[in-house]
Amino acid sequence: MDNNATTPCDPRVVETMLPYFTEKFGNAASRSHPFGWVAEEAVDYAREQVAKLINANPKEIIFTSGATEADNLALKGIFEMYASKGNHIITCTTEHKAVLDTCKHLERQGAEITYLNVKADGLVDLQELEAAITDKTILISIMYGNNEIGVIQPIREISEIAKKHGVLFFTDATQAVGKIPVDVIADGIDLMAFSAHKMYGPKGVGALYVRRKNPRVKVTAQMDGGGHERGMRSGTMNVPGIVGFGKACELCMNEMADEAARLSKMRDRLEEGLKQVEESYVNGSVEHRLPHVCNISFKYVEGEGLMMGFNKNIALSSGSACTSASLEPSYVLKALGLGDDLAHSSLRFGLGRFTTDEQIDYTINAITETVNKLREMSPLWEMFKEGIDLDTIEWAHH
Amino acid sequence: MAYSDKVIDHYQNPKNVGTLDKGKKNVGTGLVGAPECGDVMRLQIEVDEATGVISDAKFKTFGCGSAIASSSLATEWLKGKSVDQALAIDNMDIVEELNLPPVKIHCSVLAEDAIKAAINDYRVKNGLEALNLEESKH
Repeated sequence: MDNNATTPCDPRVVETMLPYFTEKFGNAASRSHPFGWVAEEAVDYAREQVAKLINANPKEIIFTSGATEADNLALKGIFEMYASKGNHIITCTTEHKAVLDTCKHLERQGAEITYLNVKADGLVDLQELEAAITDKTILISIMYGNNEIGVIQPIREISEIAKKHGVLFFTDATQAVGKIPVDVIADGIDLMAFSAHKMYGPKGVGALYVRRKNPRVKVTAQMDGGGHERGMRSGTMNVPGIVGFGKACELCMNEMADEAARLSKMRDRLEEGLKQVEESYVNGSVEHRLPHVCNISFKYVEGEGLMMGFNKNIALSSGSACTSASLEPSYVLKALGLGDDLAHSSLRFGLGRFTTDEQIDYTINAITETVNKLREMSPLWEMFKEGIDLDTIEWAHH
Repeated sequence: MAYSDKVIDHYQNPKNVGTLDKGKKNVGTGLVGAPECGDVMRLQIEVDEATGVISDAKFKTFGCGSAIASSSLATEWLKGKSVDQALAIDNMDIVEELNLPPVKIHCSVLAEDAIKAAINDYRVKNGLEALNLEESKH
């Protein structure tokens, strides 16, 4: 149930990759012998598979080590390449840390970053976005689908605004590609980061889409070396990983529609089942949401304590502070306006290709039972039941 | 990060979950932590007025498994101790007994604070001065 963190490799992907570890081990950059040619051919083919899934030209795909590197390359690469045009980037507070931390880094390099707040449903306000654009704005960076709450941003409207003002549009689409139709032409995307391991491919490989026409976009390389990937990302190609990425994209292309329909049905059943639990709340927009994701808070129960009740059998993640070293609860949930207490009480569900109906039933039962058990030992639940307003108590913050 | 067997055992079979009548003069209640911080502990002691010994202890905790285990363990240790002996319980004893990792030490600190808060509540109710306890260490 934690498929937003990562997905298992599809066995068909693994099978496709295997020969490229052993007999087809060549370096795709070796031009002088068949080992290299075979590897290069495989990379070219994978590039086509990846491009096809997002309706791009294969030449527009830059392979990277994953979405984090693609995010870094897009943001830093654009900031450096378009420095003469401006230094202002617009993003939002619920982005992945790979974007937010890169923006923080760029601020230290002289960038001006606007972090747009999101509305209570997790969506950016388009008017606020447009109003934030200045003559120094070079890039809008807004994610496609959120990793914690699954909310899908109004990508086409954002790209129209960007186009209207002559600003480039980058989207981190790590959670969306392979799950819902993503079309860089129709969506008006100039740069896009995504990753293989979120769509049943291997870890350690991802891509940055960089538009070549209308407009032709360029990024300054962040990895210098042999001039691989048209000079934008040097380093020996991860041939088995790229081959697996290609195959994973092909499978998603063929199976995505059915899979999304199946998963959204299961997700809705899970959500309905868990909404029967008293004082449970679904976080983020339910209308604009990835089909396999939901995020629910169970008030008066702490998320990590809750997961402990079933974590041997169900893998989940929580917005609770206790799961992270920082002791800060989910910044995404807080950005929606949730109090820290509800953020601490949240669970994130990410269904996947191999989730079964039996697992959904089991999960509903296990969570319901554990919530009830923990509430029996929760002083907050007791106070709530006695009608005490918890906000009137002077808590000893620590 | 895996939990220690003792934490799991307390989580699955918590000792002394419940509520004592806080209206009674010989019951001391300590409520520490905050919902926004992700953990709240309420620990109660009932003192045998003739002997000064803690005859019963109950807890309710909102928090992670380590917080639940720390408070469960604390109630076990409190029973049968005199109030003065109870004051000597140190959070590091709890850390050691439950094998808590560094990121969970604050759970044990909270349990120690809860014990002291309960004792102070009992003292004040019985006309004694509240002890000036050292500021919590978190």
